[in-house]
Amino acid sequence: MASKFKGVDYYRLDDLLTDEQKMVRETVRGWVDERVLPIIAKHYQEGTFPRHLVAEMAELGLFGATLPEEYGCAGLDSIAYGLINQELERGDSAVRSFASVQSALVMYPIFTYGSEAQKRRWLPKMAKGEAVGCFGLTEPDAGSDPGSMTTRAVRDGKDWVLNGAKMWITNGTIADVAVVWARSDGGFLGFLVEKGIPGFSAPEMKGKLSLRASVTSELVFEDARVPDSSRLPGAKGLAAPLSCLNQARYGIAWGGVGAAMACYDEALRYAKERVMFDGPIGRFQLVQDKLVRMLADITQGQLLVWRLGQMKDAGTLRHQQVSLAKMQCVAMAREAARNARDILGANGILDEYGAMRHMHNLESVYTYEGTHDIHKLVVGGDITGFEAFRAPVKPAGG
Amino acid sequence: MNILVCIKHVPDTETRVKITPGGKALDFTDANFVVNPYDEFAVEAGLQLKEKKGTGEVTVLTVGGEDAMKSLRQALAMGADKAVLCSDGAFEGSDAWGVARVLAAAARRLPFDVVFCGKHGVGDDNQQVGSLLAALLGVPAVTVVTGLDFDEAGAVRCKREVEGGTEVVRAALPAVVTCQKGLNEPRYPSLKGIMAAKKKEVATFRAADLGLDPASVGRAAAAFVLREYELPPPRPAGRVLAGEVDQQVRELVRLLREEAKVI
Repeated sequence: MASKFKGVDYYRLDDLLTDEQKMVRETVRGWVDERVLPIIAKHYQEGTFPRHLVAEMAELGLFGATLPEEYGCAGLDSIAYGLINQELERGDSAVRSFASVQSALVMYPIFTYGSEAQKRRWLPKMAKGEAVGCFGLTEPDAGSDPGSMTTRAVRDGKDWVLNGAKMWITNGTIADVAVVWARSDGGFLGFLVEKGIPGFSAPEMKGKLSLRASVTSELVFEDARVPDSSRLPGAKGLAAPLSCLNQARYGIAWGGVGAAMACYDEALRYAKERVMFDGPIGRFQLVQDKLVRMLADITQGQLLVWRLGQMKDAGTLRHQQVSLAKMQCVAMAREAARNARDILGANGILDEYGAMRHMHNLESVYTYEGTHDIHKLVVGGDITGFEAFRAPVKPAGG
Repeated sequence: MNILVCIKHVPDTETRVKITPGGKALDFTDANFVVNPYDEFAVEAGLQLKEKKGTGEVTVLTVGGEDAMKSLRQALAMGADKAVLCSDGAFEGSDAWGVARVLAAAARRLPFDVVFCGKHGVGDDNQQVGSLLAALLGVPAVTVVTGLDFDEAGAVRCKREVEGGTEVVRAALPAVVTCQKGLNEPRYPSLKGIMAAKKKEVATFRAADLGLDPASVGRAAAAFVLREYELPPPRPAGRVLAGEVDQQVRELVRLLREEAKVI
């Protein structure tokens, strides 16, 4: 086996981490090297999710890792949680996506908006990986603008009847429970919809050229009937699903750093070993330029997400700051993957190297959980006072 | 069952060794220190034994500075119950004998039915501490073990790989067992384990706590004197043979026979 991944740490940022945070990272790093990297290319090629990893991730305690021990979770701080995402995405965005959805988009809303009975029922099972979750917000015609969703929930006695369709749902087909958002006469509501109930199906979407080791599905509701006890009682309006996305985006920013690290590490090793014109290609200025740009971007990204984590735990984090980090770190990783593939030359298109797999995966990551451009407009709106995608536009302060 | 596991805080095996000017010591400024890999098998053996018996306590033990706490925490995060750090200026410069003396003094103050060690520490590669510890404690030592089975009669059956086969050794407890790769697959610390490790007890034993005369351990008592470190000479450049393939083969065979003298 090639020598182990040692991390990228040009500025001794490890000095900013606690011993526990480092130990969490080393655990996940070792697991990714041993269990994910040897098999991921095959799953990517075959378009299959490595489902056997779910129990192993659960055993390590990766699901809902920031939630309290009383629900079977590890009670980690946000930086340790971020490091988990960094390392998982260093393996593959599909594995990080699975964990992100389970943790930030399903366990988090159940913990935050669920009843005590819902928490007791689902959280320990999900922490153990015995139940898989998915999150249904996006629809075929409602992506960046979730407020235009058409899935409806109509009250009928003690039940709700759901009709509509969700799309681009990670884990959908393999999920035991879906957090589903729907409009009702009283505003947007969230439901826990269990697999297999009449009127609910979750066919897998095919033909992806990105995130091939991840399950992506549609959720279809045709008079699907759920009891009122499956409604998330604390979730009122779109702020609830948006708060979940904010959790997930936080992890994605860290994930971007991890994907970039994988690409940089691979490109650096290659540049030092690959001989052309009687010497390693790492001696060429054009190759060094790419490597240094990657390193500079990664170092900036590391500082950005570390600070983001500090603010998250201090409770001072604003969602616009998460937008900036998600946007920046994923764009940086996408660039790093391209440059790494470039340095690897023709070898870069082979699946024995990770750069192109990361490059393809990052196209999804760049677009999901708020597109790059939408996050740019969120920050743009924040600093100018003009919200570009909300009409009508009024002058700042007017 | 009370289980003691002796571990060592060592530089990661991928550390590039640097020698300090003067050649008397190694420079570990940029080295990452970890639990000695063979000791991870020992920790895992302890945890599996406790899990199998359903009762007992695993205590990890090390001799080292405050930095060795990191390795103790790692073992606690894997699931050990308690940790003991034997740390004293007097222990510095101990050779294998000195370390074994400190460990033995600590072990006498702790209840134990079995002691697990790694077969050797990857720092100095002496492969002595486990056996010396057993001698000092007056218990059997079974070294380089790849299989373990505890019977009800209070004995342990150990498998050892020997030339051309496997040797099975039975030893009465208490005993010291040193662990070899292949014995088990050490677990990763779970995240809950890492959080729980923060709350576990770590005792620190000084020389006085152990009733050790400072002159009996450390540099003063070392029988083994380190004179100097030097790096191996740089490898000479390879040779490329020229000419037709037939000629190259003949030349290669001649060189192997006459210069390298390997055929």
